[in-house]
Amino acid sequence: MNSERKKKKPRVAVFKFASCDGCQLSLLDAEDELLAVAGAVEIAYFPEASRAMLKGPYDIALVEGSITTHPDAERIQQVRRQARTLVTIGACATAGGIQALRNWKDVAEFIRVVYPSPQFISTLKLSTPIAEHVPVDFELRGCPINHYQLIELIAATLAGRKPNIPAYSVCLECKRRGNVCVPVAHGTPCLGPVTQAGCGAICPAYDRGCYGCYGPMESPNTASLTSQFRILGQSGQEISRAFRSFNAWAWQFRKASEECERT
Amino acid sequence: MNGRTRTIRVETLARVEGEGALTIKLTGDRVTDVKLRIFEPPRFFEAFLKGRHYSEAADIVARICGICPIAYQMSALHAMERALGIRIDPAVRLLRRLFYCGEWIESHALHVYMLHAPDFLGYQDAIQMARDHRAVVEQGLRLKKIGNRVVRLLGGREIHPVSAAVGGFYKTPAKSALRELEEDLQWAIEASLATVKLVAGFEFPDFEQDYEFVALSHPEEYPFNEGRLVSNRGLNIDAAEYEDHFVEQHVKHSNALHSVVRGRGSYLVGPLARFNLNFDRLPALAREAAQAAGLAPPVKNPFRSIVVRAVELVFACVEALRVVREYEPPPKPYTEAAPRSGVGQAITEAPRGILYHRYALDENGLIVTARIVPPTSQNQKRIEEDLREFAAQVAAWPLEEATWKCEQAIRNYDPCISCATHFLRVNVERE
Repeated sequence: MNSERKKKKPRVAVFKFASCDGCQLSLLDAEDELLAVAGAVEIAYFPEASRAMLKGPYDIALVEGSITTHPDAERIQQVRRQARTLVTIGACATAGGIQALRNWKDVAEFIRVVYPSPQFISTLKLSTPIAEHVPVDFELRGCPINHYQLIELIAATLAGRKPNIPAYSVCLECKRRGNVCVPVAHGTPCLGPVTQAGCGAICPAYDRGCYGCYGPMESPNTASLTSQFRILGQSGQEISRAFRSFNAWAWQFRKASEECERT
Repeated sequence: MNGRTRTIRVETLARVEGEGALTIKLTGDRVTDVKLRIFEPPRFFEAFLKGRHYSEAADIVARICGICPIAYQMSALHAMERALGIRIDPAVRLLRRLFYCGEWIESHALHVYMLHAPDFLGYQDAIQMARDHRAVVEQGLRLKKIGNRVVRLLGGREIHPVSAAVGGFYKTPAKSALRELEEDLQWAIEASLATVKLVAGFEFPDFEQDYEFVALSHPEEYPFNEGRLVSNRGLNIDAAEYEDHFVEQHVKHSNALHSVVRGRGSYLVGPLARFNLNFDRLPALAREAAQAAGLAPPVKNPFRSIVVRAVELVFACVEALRVVREYEPPPKPYTEAAPRSGVGQAITEAPRGILYHRYALDENGLIVTARIVPPTSQNQKRIEEDLREFAAQVAAWPLEEATWKCEQAIRNYDPCISCATHFLRVNVERE
């Protein structure tokens, strides 16, 4: 029995809530590592990739997407009960996603804008991150996540160690990449100083400002950045919109966006 | 079987993008009900685009779909450029074709090898398939990776790339950077020709339908971003006329909207439609591969879409190589735009079929209204009709086999449910 258990591979499951599928696709996008990962773990539940859907419990549950409906609010409870380790993958699961823009609006009006027969649609007022519903063991940032970070996270979890996923800002990655600082050199507004690293500072490398898709870094000075944006000629409304994208409901970005909106 | 009633029920459709379910009710050999339900939660993109600046739309709408973000970016950008009255540089146009080739290669390789081939070879998934067919799966993964490499080079990353801008790109690559793709693309052309041969050898059910095929058509090119919208039943319109000819209906069992041709009903978009309406504009290598695989337009068997998708892989690899060799950087990465009020519509060919966008802008360049019609919601009614016809053929089969075959019939469309919810549960019920 004991030796039997040792041979058993850790069971991984992938669950989806309100999202674009991009973060779970990141796993399939790890073309060089996919077959090796599939050899090291048992992919027990991953409907986007397989018809075989095995029942829990699971050693690692990767959760993509935010909670936006009553059935999903119940389903995440079931997922938590079946998962030894629950990891959220991406901005939707970690911060509510772009669909959290509804949180500042009347959702009933949103339904009327999109659907000709609003009475068929059932939805919650808010789009909320997974951690507002159940305890989360680790939150992987990004819209989308970086698949190297995902593989590091799976490997670390299986080894029982802390994953090497830094919480510093995009600025550090930008310097390391040798990018020109776009606000300093070109006067381009950039959320890099307040945004967590992980993407590899791609936006500045492509001659544009960071748009914050990895969410707030560990200690973001949004007030200072806001005043810099004003110096660059941005209006309150424009700055507010900059904070209100894929991580709009992350509290630091939310607070900054609300302060700018009023001024 | 007699009058016994049974139900084919699939609670969670696998190997599709997003969340759906299927229910088919059979009474004897008669199909009494087909419901493709989408329980993917609605995300209201069209509503929260209101008040955003035209320059923000491409990055926002990319998040509708992690599988085909470039399609969303392309339709959005072309619609904005039309609203703003700006023209793009020919080199930018060429680069956008290359960008789209990357997405088609990545998406088609994913669907052919990882999502659809396991149905034909009898595996639950590609990972199980790899135990017996490792070289096949590795070939698919390498093709997919090459598509992703093209996207990453132009856009910084595979999913939600960051370089596409109104008027062009934030940054355009050096000629030498694109030249580095040549060797990979040459391999990819050979691998995609091998893919056509491989999938042409699969077994296909005898199942043909009388479809209205709808696709873009361009006089000289296999379509991506430009052309008129045509069909085999006489449709020939500009993107601006789309809403005069197509209407979305909201059905109770689904969070997606069903789109129909006014006065006619369902239609089919995607690889079959493009191939049937644009066959003579495929490069010679792709046409020859199709002919050797026994494909001649019109292909009316949706199960053969996997072969057509493989032919489109050949096209995308050949076209990508052409662009890489011909590319000369534009004088500036993007054409500047000045905000103005206006309306712009655009249709581009996502891997799954046509994607329509319309935006109305105010004088400050802020979005007043947005309308998005993704390919899967255009195909959804047609998928249900296919199932209604096809389920009757498999009604006498053991339930598990019938269910699997019906799921395969859905996967013929490479449905993207995340997109269609702006879509799907399979349940076959025998009452």
